[in-house]
Amino acid sequence: MTTRNEFDLTRRGFMAGSTGAVLISALPLVSHASEADLIAARTKLFGNRSITEGRVSVKLPPIAENGHSVPLEVTVDSPMTESDYVKRVAILSPRNPLPQIAEFHMTPLSGRAFVSTRIRMSGTQAIQAVAEMSDGSLWSGSMETVVTLAACVVL
Amino acid sequence: MAGIRLAVPSTASKGDVIEIKALIQHAMESGFRRGSRGEVIERDIITRFECRYNGALVFAADFHPAVAANPLMTFHARAEESGVFDFTWTDQNGQVWQDSAEIAVT
Repeated sequence: MTTRNEFDLTRRGFMAGSTGAVLISALPLVSHASEADLIAARTKLFGNRSITEGRVSVKLPPIAENGHSVPLEVTVDSPMTESDYVKRVAILSPRNPLPQIAEFHMTPLSGRAFVSTRIRMSGTQAIQAVAEMSDGSLWSGSMETVVTLAACVVL
Repeated sequence: MAGIRLAVPSTASKGDVIEIKALIQHAMESGFRRGSRGEVIERDIITRFECRYNGALVFAADFHPAVAANPLMTFHARAEESGVFDFTWTDQNGQVWQDSAEIAVT
């Protein structure tokens, strides 16, 4: 019986080791935000006030082939008058490296509570929009999009 | 490097809600990408966009790295009087880009 040399390069050992190395190198370089980070970012922006679901509609393509540029549309149900308008809309992500995507500030001069831009998405996730009305109430809406090429794969 | 494209109607009737589009050429480097040698590419983004109508703020946006390159904003404004829409973009280092568009309200 011979003692096995630890450094013997057997085919089986090589295959197991290289598979492990590939798996480790495939781990993301940057940590991603989680649902908890989204809630922390939301608390930072709006405090602990209660948020009601509704009045905010988020529109994203159901499947985004390229996470580097995903068209986003947010519409809030509001008359946009001097006495009742949308003050602020925050766009939040549960999976990007940073949970905050953008904040939009509106005024009664805006006329319509609508905004559209293009965002980066690192993977399939539900983007959330939180709107703050002039009376201080908070409303939210969200939409999930399947991202086939995530912005972070190439990051 | 900053190419700005604005789409503002040149005329409108008083009280109309008009659509405004504003685009600026900017890489919006997120700070999460790596170059060919594995080095982190430094963050370089526009952090603030503002649109003023005869001096009064109509719309503003705070950007984070998740806003795509060449940020295009589409929003609305209520046409009240003839005047000027001023657009400003400010990056993280305080550099400012500006442009404006005139509107005749009847």
